[in-house]
Amino acid sequence: MLNPELDLNTVDWNAMPNEAGHFGIYGGRFAAETLMEAIEELGDAYAKLKDDPVLLATIDRDLAFYVGRPSPLYHAERWSRELGGAQIYLKREDLNHTGAHKINNTIGQVLLAKHMGKTRIIAETGAGQHGVATATICARLGLECIVYMGAVDIIRQAPNVFRMKLLGAEVRPVESGSKTLKDALNEAMRDWVTNVDNTFYCIGTVAGPDPYPKMVRDFQAVIGREAKQQCIDQTGRLPDAVMACVGGGSNAIGLFHEFLGDTSVEIYGVEAAGRGLNTLEHAAPLCQGKPGVLHGNRMYLMADANGQITETHSISAGLDYPGVGPEHCWLKDIGRANYVGVTDDEAMAGFHALTRIEGIIPALESSHALAYAMKKAPEMSTDKTIIVCLSGRGDKDLNTVADLEGITL
Amino acid sequence: MSRIQTKFEQLKVEGKAALVPYVTAGDSHPGLTVPLMHAMVKAGADAIELGVPFSDPMADGPTIQLACERALEHNVSLDDVFGMVKEFRQTDDDTPVILMGYLNPLEAMGYDKFAEEAKASGVDGMLTVDLPPEEAEDLLTPLNNQGIDAIFLLSPTTRQHRIERIVAAGSGYLYYVSLKGVTGSNALDVDDVQKHVSNIKQYTDIPVGVGFGIKDAVTAAAVSKVSDAVVVGSVLVKMIEDNAGDDTTIINNISGLLGDMRQAMDNTL
Ligand SMILES: Cc1ncc(COP(=O)(O)O)c(C=O)c1O
Repeated sequence: MLNPELDLNTVDWNAMPNEAGHFGIYGGRFAAETLMEAIEELGDAYAKLKDDPVLLATIDRDLAFYVGRPSPLYHAERWSRELGGAQIYLKREDLNHTGAHKINNTIGQVLLAKHMGKTRIIAETGAGQHGVATATICARLGLECIVYMGAVDIIRQAPNVFRMKLLGAEVRPVESGSKTLKDALNEAMRDWVTNVDNTFYCIGTVAGPDPYPKMVRDFQAVIGREAKQQCIDQTGRLPDAVMACVGGGSNAIGLFHEFLGDTSVEIYGVEAAGRGLNTLEHAAPLCQGKPGVLHGNRMYLMADANGQITETHSISAGLDYPGVGPEHCWLKDIGRANYVGVTDDEAMAGFHALTRIEGIIPALESSHALAYAMKKAPEMSTDKTIIVCLSGRGDKDLNTVADLEGITL
Repeated sequence: MSRIQTKFEQLKVEGKAALVPYVTAGDSHPGLTVPLMHAMVKAGADAIELGVPFSDPMADGPTIQLACERALEHNVSLDDVFGMVKEFRQTDDDTPVILMGYLNPLEAMGYDKFAEEAKASGVDGMLTVDLPPEEAEDLLTPLNNQGIDAIFLLSPTTRQHRIERIVAAGSGYLYYVSLKGVTGSNALDVDDVQKHVSNIKQYTDIPVGVGFGIKDAVTAAAVSKVSDAVVVGSVLVKMIEDNAGDDTTIINNISGLLGDMRQAMDNTL
């Protein structure tokens, strides 16, 4: 759905969302009245503190000395040569402390929570990476931390569950619905409603009621800012394409946002096509869903004809979510970004390729973006450049991969 | 005059508060809902809130969430809910029926079609849990055109500027959520409820109902003294859960509790 009146060269990308938290028809604040006060309080606090020099300096210091930023932009030379096309550069978010991009966001949100005087932090998690990143910051700041996690995900991401517990967080299994990420979000919202006075809900992606989509984007935008400068330093120019996997969309928007105004840069968000986009077993709302309302915002959703949210499937817990952040929905509709699907099998091929050819074991989520780069690079000439967000490392997925290959660890 | 307005005016003359039970449509099976609605009216209900099942009822506790799951096992859709209201209306043309649910099923149907069909089947009000007035304009227009009341929630944390906005958007009645929490939570503080309800009443003449956490006749009676309507949900839904498959017991138990509440409420006059 291209908007013919919108000239992409004149859009003010930083002016979105509007005052009401809307990206076009997406986003907003679709929450029960019992939460509206807390959402307003958060929105006001973020508006006031987002340019606060002291808070920003604290975040920058933590990103440098605790997380290890800037993360390298690594030229995967051998892999690029084997594929015989564009040069692939990996933005190494896997090298961050705790092993994924998620910590960029939790540092920002939990410091904000502390400024707001909140003492109890809750979070939802799918792959467990956001849970670990939240538990990590809470340990360091001495805050109570409760993480909701679907019972299915607790099994497939067992190492992360143990990490969270070691860090002092309480992991609460969610047995309702599909027992995955969306149900963990429901449960965290219920907790927030019940404990609004002292509790801060640290959402792990660019979805939820405003201000979450813009706040999480702002905290993750460091990925793209660094990548752009690094790319110019290393290649002398902008990349030709940027790619990232899309679950809720935080690592993707983090990489994309800085490039939105550079309309020569093609943008690809890669959704989990599961067992195939033509089956019902995938998690690709931008490719196959339609607009609807869930978890406090309007977004593309996987739902049946009656508006009931359908169960999703992906090999990777972090992409197994029926919705997607509102900014991506808007970018799709206005035609600034392309959204494509990569199946479980293709993602596994990407996982093995990077592991064997570059000696980097990627997260299964990130493997979706890698798999798309494997498809796309050979179609491009060798003087072109692609940046892929390597959003996390694969240590957490070793059990899943072993199971798939019929190996008992 | 709408059924809701007529009912509240009539109760005002009698000096009574309304008793408003909530059940989820199609729980524990679609055939139970209409007979149960009639039985609740017979036991003393003045209006009925009928839950539209949703896969992800974020503002509800485990009791109503399970009710949604039971109804969805039978694939109960908005169309089915309209069918139930239509059937109820064949023999009851006075008791207001208010649908309560989440926005996405309405989005899937389309707001215009929803409002038209709701009207045609005899629905009087719509309470959309995840739709605050800020986002409600697109739905309010078709609802207003069809004369269907938009019921909005108020909570203990709602501040003045939002109260003003909510009473301006709402009609029929306002629903004050008596505690911070999801449906089915415990503990309701009547003094606190009274404080909030009288505060809300400074801004509006629309009747104010109170719900969340009302589980017994004593509490119902106490709340009826400080509000215009007493909404009872999770405790009834729990009776369905505990006796699923035994419709007679469900109807008897729910009627019994509503009867006790009615009596206790009316005796406190
Ligand atoms: C490594 C990794 N990448 C990507 C994701 C997907 O989240 P998002 O789309 O918000 O980046 C996750 C989520 O758990 C993750 O752990």
